[in-house]
Amino acid sequence: MVELWFAIAAVMLAAYVVMDGFDFGAGALHLFVARTDQERRQVLAAIGPFWDGNEVWLLASGGVLFLAFPRVLASGLSGFYLAIFLVLWSLILRGIAIEFRSHVAHAQWRAAWDAVFAGSSVLLPVLFGAALGNLVRGLPLDESGWFSLALFTDFSAASPVGILDWFTVAAGGFALLALAAHGAAFLAWKTDGPVHERSVAAAGVLFTAVAVAWPVLTVATWFVNAPMLREVWRRPLALVLVAVAAGGLATVFLGLRTGRPLRAFLGSGAFLVGILAATAAGVFPVMLRSVTEPAWSLTAYNSSVSADSLRIALGWWVIGFPLALFYFYTLFRLHRGKAVAASGSEGY
Amino acid sequence: MTDPLLWHRLQFAFTITFHYLFPQLTMGLALLIVVMKAQGLRTGDQRWDAAARFWIRLFAINFAVGVVTGIPMEFQFGTNWARFSRYAGGVIGQTLAMEGLFAFFLESSVLGLLVFGERRLGRRGHFGAALALLAGSWLSGYFIVCTNAFMQHPVGHEVGADGMLRLIGFWAFVLNPWALAQYAHTMVAAVVTASFVVSAVGAWYALQGVHVDQARRFLAVGTGVGLVASILVAFPTGDIQAKLVAAHQPVTLAAMEGRFATETTAGIVLIGQPNVAAERLDNPIVVPGFLSFLAYGTFHSEVRGLNEYSRADWPDNIELLYYAFHVMAGLGTLLILAMALAAYYQLRGTLMQRRALLWMLLLAFPFPYIATTAGWMTTELGRQPWLVYGLLRTADGSSLTVHSGTALFTLIGFTGLYFVLGLLFLFLMGREVAHGPTELSHG
Repeated sequence: MVELWFAIAAVMLAAYVVMDGFDFGAGALHLFVARTDQERRQVLAAIGPFWDGNEVWLLASGGVLFLAFPRVLASGLSGFYLAIFLVLWSLILRGIAIEFRSHVAHAQWRAAWDAVFAGSSVLLPVLFGAALGNLVRGLPLDESGWFSLALFTDFSAASPVGILDWFTVAAGGFALLALAAHGAAFLAWKTDGPVHERSVAAAGVLFTAVAVAWPVLTVATWFVNAPMLREVWRRPLALVLVAVAAGGLATVFLGLRTGRPLRAFLGSGAFLVGILAATAAGVFPVMLRSVTEPAWSLTAYNSSVSADSLRIALGWWVIGFPLALFYFYTLFRLHRGKAVAASGSEGY
Repeated sequence: MTDPLLWHRLQFAFTITFHYLFPQLTMGLALLIVVMKAQGLRTGDQRWDAAARFWIRLFAINFAVGVVTGIPMEFQFGTNWARFSRYAGGVIGQTLAMEGLFAFFLESSVLGLLVFGERRLGRRGHFGAALALLAGSWLSGYFIVCTNAFMQHPVGHEVGADGMLRLIGFWAFVLNPWALAQYAHTMVAAVVTASFVVSAVGAWYALQGVHVDQARRFLAVGTGVGLVASILVAFPTGDIQAKLVAAHQPVTLAAMEGRFATETTAGIVLIGQPNVAAERLDNPIVVPGFLSFLAYGTFHSEVRGLNEYSRADWPDNIELLYYAFHVMAGLGTLLILAMALAAYYQLRGTLMQRRALLWMLLLAFPFPYIATTAGWMTTELGRQPWLVYGLLRTADGSSLTVHSGTALFTLIGFTGLYFVLGLLFLFLMGREVAHGPTELSHG
């Protein structure tokens, strides 16, 4: 039961990254791939129907961690306190930028929201990537499972660690790169005209950078958490997931070369799911890794609620999860085809 | 001020109070939009669709602010109330996760269709989208109220061997009698807020003599639904809620009424100032016997005063709790009177000519917001000193790893951010109201 809920949490978080990831990427790139107001409305029309639902994956996976692993959620969120609020404030500003921009047809109003949208869309992947970097590097957990991290110390990735150090910033940079590439693939799929062409060009450059940065980050990981890489190597499931990621990346290049942006986008999604799930499979059962004393780590086993609570939750999860997939299927069907910039007040 | 507890409490109180200004309108407005769309379907009159279209635009602005201010709420359980999250996550995490899976996914998929899909969906489809959004937003409300109800009146749980809560009775937890009563009370109050807002915009147009036909429709729907809802807030929903408080939180009831001594034939206080140091109510004006009747059903029931309870179990802000309750109950009564008056002339068909009444409706719209806020303050201050009633004290639920300098930093951050957000919101709402209802553009 515990293993199942660990997998559920990992799958839902990966779904969050893939889904909100494409609208983060679109936001991070839109100043470059969309130059005119009309083109920017095209970008917003492409992500508009989805971004809010994409963000629900964050709330839903937070909820799953809350109900299944409350010790992990409590310790993680309070320990990363300042970083979490930077995330929350960025999410607030970003949502408002998307929704408020279209209400006033005024150049400065729209330029200001474009800047907010771009800035928050850059900051969020960096913060989420850094958070994942922290989990890989390890945290100064005390005996009862609590920790508190400064936003930064001396950037050395050695005790006393901060949320931001060379490794976690590198992880944040990689996340930004990967999600920007993912967003470019999405825009290449969902737009036409100049936005489509610039997105295809951006995707080519960004995915090449991802393909170079991925091994570099893996080598960097060796310096902060070599045991994890050894576990990935030893566990068949993790290796399969690494293969999924590699296959995804290959599909991206194939899709881009043959002019099939949907294929590239799906490949990019497989790449993201692959590396995240491989990481999860490599660290299992550890959820918050203690660098003070390995035995103090919070694991799926010592942090989960009782099995009967988990069984109860599974009872409604098996109904709710397919329902969520059905909503997304319907949403993508309803908004199939290229996104068209709205006229007047009829859209974003 | 080096104890961060005050900042944790203020931050949660501030962010939740600000947040709830928006969902209360969207939940109530969702019902009124369904009513307008249904009228359009029934009569075939395009002008009902125009009315709904106007309110859907205002709905969308409110919904956006509601969404973005809602995200921090779930996370603050973990950031600021980590010991509580660890203690109760096995139970309340369930409703919070269900809200995402069952309500938010539905709402987020349908909203775009409602706002931008009128032409594509056709009349029936668009009505269906409005219904789906109503279902989603009211479902979401239930999961949140159910979470709060567990903190007020924990059921379906067990304290595990590790000292943490675990869920053993799913249906007991989800159908908590406290949740059912509180949900009914909360939702009809949301409808009251929306009814007053719709009526106020109708009155505003009527007074200026613009969009007169739409003004008539807004006033008809607003006062009709508003009268029913404002009565339902008091009776039976508010009444049931009060009886639950009397039965399960008697010390809270005593504090709400500023009652220190036990009494039979206890009167209900209309006005007065609680003097906690001297343990009495100053300058009281009281209706004799009424509290006994409302709380326990007869005029001679004994109502226990605060002196019967250990001071450690007294709510820690009796003065504010007392005023919050009286502001809610007093405004609730006045709102019924206002709606009754307006609905009477609406039925006679002369509301559009009664300028004084239109002025009243225009100026009344902030008061349901104040009443609902005061109502939630009553609920939350009344639960003190407990975070989970009878199980976990508020002082034992906060995050120990967050010091007061950090907590105050984020509180100040939220204050600034929400001030700007509030200004932008008012600016956009004002523009939409000034712009008024429009025809469906062809393109």
